[in-house]
Amino acid sequence: MTATTTERAIEIRVGPEDFTLQAEYDALCASNTDDGAVVCFVGRVRDLNDGDAVQRLHLEHYPGMTEAVLTRLADQATERWPLNRIRIIHRVGDLHPADQIVFVGVSSPHRQAAFDGASFLMDCLKTEAPFWKKETGPDGTSRWLDARQSDETLAKRWT
Amino acid sequence: MSHLVHVKFFARLREELGVAGLEVPVEEAPDLDALKHWLGEAHPHWQPMLSGRLLTAVNQTMTQTNQPLKPGDEVALFPPVTGG
Repeated sequence: MTATTTERAIEIRVGPEDFTLQAEYDALCASNTDDGAVVCFVGRVRDLNDGDAVQRLHLEHYPGMTEAVLTRLADQATERWPLNRIRIIHRVGDLHPADQIVFVGVSSPHRQAAFDGASFLMDCLKTEAPFWKKETGPDGTSRWLDARQSDETLAKRWT
Repeated sequence: MSHLVHVKFFARLREELGVAGLEVPVEEAPDLDALKHWLGEAHPHWQPMLSGRLLTAVNQTMTQTNQPLKPGDEVALFPPVTGG
């Protein structure tokens, strides 16, 4: 028996379509005997934000730049950590409480690289990828969300 | 070849200005600072919205410094991002 070499792969998807955690996990693992660690993160819509009830969440993005930024972040992650596979999915359009918004999944031979790589991708996605959220409450009023200083602080720890 | 710079606005800024974008002759906007100045001069009622905290991308790459513009460049102005 000879050891197989796992094909390295980066997959970026931006669009209205939902995703299935199992399918993404399977894609990270398919024909992959090198990686002993898989970390998957899913971000979801909450029904309460800053004390306000949320009935609908609209996600706008900058087509083209969004994909370019996510691809660059994935490339940076593979330079910093031994990650063989990275999958990033971000939904856009109208979403509702409990809907999935974002998926980040990575595979690596080692656990700490997988945790750190996934954290890096999520932290930097939140401050660099051109997405914007607009919430609508039960009374029909809408508001654009403001960027959070805490997100800036989290992203800065990777610089 | 077009002599225009393509300007795009996103999210809250797009809604406040009421347009998704516009074209500016590069002679009026030889660099980013000149472009922002021109936008405020041409549309004085935009000044308050343009003076808020905005991010800038040139050809889909974020930039924090002034830089020269050339015909066909795509400049985007938008509020700090809130995805994820």
